[in-house]
Amino acid sequence: MRRIAAIVLLIALIAPGVTLAVTPDEMLKDPAQEARARHLSQELRCMVCQNQSIDDSEAPLAHDLRVLVRQRIEAGDSDKQVLDFLVARYGEFVLLKPPVELHTLLLWGLPPLVLLGGVIALFVLARRRATVGLAPAALSADEQRKLATLVESGPD
Amino acid sequence: MIPELGHYALVLALALGLVQAAVPVVGARTRDGALMRLANSTALMQFAFVALSFGALTACYVTSDFSVATVFENSHSQMPLIYKITSVWGNHEGSMLLWVLILSLFGALVAAFGVNLPGTLKAYVLAIQSWIACAFYLFILLTSNPFLRLPQAPFEGRDLNPILQDVGLAVHPPLLYLGYVGFSIAFSFAVAALIEGRIDAAWARWVRPWTLAAWMCLTVGIAMGSYWAYYELGWGGFWFWDPVENASLMPWLAGTALLHSAVVMEKRNALKVWTILLAILTFSLSLIGTFLVRSGVLTSVHTFASDPTRGVFILAILVLFIGGSLTLFAWRAPLLKQGGLFAPVSREGALVLNNLFLTTACLTVFVGTLYPLALEALSGAKISVGAPFFNLTFAPLFIPLMFAMPFGPLLAWKRGDLPGVAQRLMAAFAVAVVGVAATFAAQGGSGVLAPFGIGLALFVMGGALTDLAERTGLLRVPLRTAAARAAGLPRSAWGTAVAHFGLALTLAGIVSVSTWASERIIALKPAQSVSLAGYDLSFDGVVQRSGPNYRELAAKFTVRSGGVVIGTMEPSKRTFASRGMTTTEAALMTRGFSQLYLSLGDVEKDGSVAMRLYFKPLILLIWLGAVVMMLGGALSLSDRRLRVGAPKPAAKTALQPAE
Repeated sequence: MRRIAAIVLLIALIAPGVTLAVTPDEMLKDPAQEARARHLSQELRCMVCQNQSIDDSEAPLAHDLRVLVRQRIEAGDSDKQVLDFLVARYGEFVLLKPPVELHTLLLWGLPPLVLLGGVIALFVLARRRATVGLAPAALSADEQRKLATLVESGPD
Repeated sequence: MIPELGHYALVLALALGLVQAAVPVVGARTRDGALMRLANSTALMQFAFVALSFGALTACYVTSDFSVATVFENSHSQMPLIYKITSVWGNHEGSMLLWVLILSLFGALVAAFGVNLPGTLKAYVLAIQSWIACAFYLFILLTSNPFLRLPQAPFEGRDLNPILQDVGLAVHPPLLYLGYVGFSIAFSFAVAALIEGRIDAAWARWVRPWTLAAWMCLTVGIAMGSYWAYYELGWGGFWFWDPVENASLMPWLAGTALLHSAVVMEKRNALKVWTILLAILTFSLSLIGTFLVRSGVLTSVHTFASDPTRGVFILAILVLFIGGSLTLFAWRAPLLKQGGLFAPVSREGALVLNNLFLTTACLTVFVGTLYPLALEALSGAKISVGAPFFNLTFAPLFIPLMFAMPFGPLLAWKRGDLPGVAQRLMAAFAVAVVGVAATFAAQGGSGVLAPFGIGLALFVMGGALTDLAERTGLLRVPLRTAAARAAGLPRSAWGTAVAHFGLALTLAGIVSVSTWASERIIALKPAQSVSLAGYDLSFDGVVQRSGPNYRELAAKFTVRSGGVVIGTMEPSKRTFASRGMTTTEAALMTRGFSQLYLSLGDVEKDGSVAMRLYFKPLILLIWLGAVVMMLGGALSLSDRRLRVGAPKPAAKTALQPAE
């Protein structure tokens, strides 16, 4: 619902008339090049939108970026060159999948670390349990006392 | 007068809430039954007053009382009645009132149906429930009063956001909130157990139905939101990894983990501390979701209207409840005794594995959603984390999870026989291998991910069916015996199989759509036609129409399959004069579980149109799977054990087939 509210606002703020994200006149003639352009567009952020790729966005900026991506592809750039060109121009913010660097180490590293840590913790716990065995735990002092009173009072 | 009544009712609810937050605790401390029982009446009365307040606000919307600020901002006298009602929660103030309405509803339900709960536990649970309620009553009354009057009543309202004028708004937010807020019960039970320093298997039996009900609502709520976005936004996507979607996905993942660990706790008295922690985390994530959306921290258009006071207030609530409960956990959890030892290969072990992957998946979403915010706050560097990141990190966690899924229910408690289970899953595995091969051949040998995904879905479906077949002894015993056993099988066993089957359906839908969807983006002149995935669509021209509060421009298409006309489709654009806004209304045609999807773009003066046309194979499985998951939950919820809150001792062992 709020996602939709956001889109409403985006449309209201940025694009007065609703248009399609990728319009027929933007598209490249060569299907292989166009497919590459679409694929790259999905990795690039429309900077004035919230978390939308330029492939999805209807904002004018997204349109300009889509055209730019296609121009670079037509000029013979590789996918990496296109992305590098856009990062040089707009900064890392434009990439929806941030590169692994020092300041994104935690972002990429935390999930696998936690998974690994979890596996190790479970392994250690299982080992400890195996050595302790399935023997019942000894009675606590409180339980000893209860048992003693029960024994003393006897069945009634 | 009516808005003032509503406002006053909310103040009274707060007063009752404050009483309920304190008196039962004193009662539980001093073992005073009368003080503890007071919570029952206050919980019911709180709900009555919040319902009155909500009713008053609804009345303002239905009668289009534009002297009330929120009604003026979000309603219009010409709107159909259903949208007048749904626009009550189509804005910040009203949605928070819905939030507390559901919160007080859950409190009242515990008071009314928790008859067999131990007195002190119930008193603590209702008191904690009331602490949460009071925090949010205060939030509404101090920062987001929905009953605020305008000095001069305008003649007409500003209308509801046109995209929200849809049945989706009637279904999605209430279900989502039932899920979010429903987890508060598990939270209250967890905190109550920590305060009492005592917890047993019965605790899990009381908590599980509430968690299950909340989880069911959240599952369908998320799915409905996804379907709504799919047909309303006009570019055919069903999940965007938007922070607001992630905010609802995180409690779902944690809640799913909680459901599974609560099973272990109930059956085997193990994983107590972990289950308590999960209960706290699940509701904390619901609160974080509320914070993310309502505070403006996303620095996004989502929250353009929220001012910082609201953000700071919710942050304070967040710190108080999450920080407080986790501190209590760190202090008291060591008191809880661990029980129920088990071997690594066992039903418990499988459920622990499930929890490991689900919590890691939840953490991945959490880090991905909050990392950009944290990084920007700490170093000023701006990065984006979007769909490509989540697809790369989230999906790999679900693959092992789903592969392990069929094994879990077949493993015995305490110590399982993995080779034996693998042997029993051979049929499911064979089906999966055939599925992989067939899919691989059908798509001409390009790509292995999709065949593997379909194979995985088939394996899980086969596993769910194997589980049922094993339990009923199908194919081994006479059919009549098997049928009798099926009827006697605990409903929760059926629930597990059905819910797992549902997840596999969703997976199959996602794999199918992301791999085999066809798309055409094309400019069409009248009488031109275009073919897509075996369908021929001819464009018949554009028509102008008018609806109750909008004007519509529709493109008419005739759809043919194999030369035979199978229907017409009319994608359109609607212009709402009151807000000067235009929306796209996609046209959908359902073919089996697949859909044709047409979205209209620019219309030129000569009558030609820019079109986006999609064929989405098996896309309905995504949401159907969620509905099936909910049905599984409902089956499990109807289990006698959970309904009565006590096991059926004698019959149970007799009905359980040998494992």
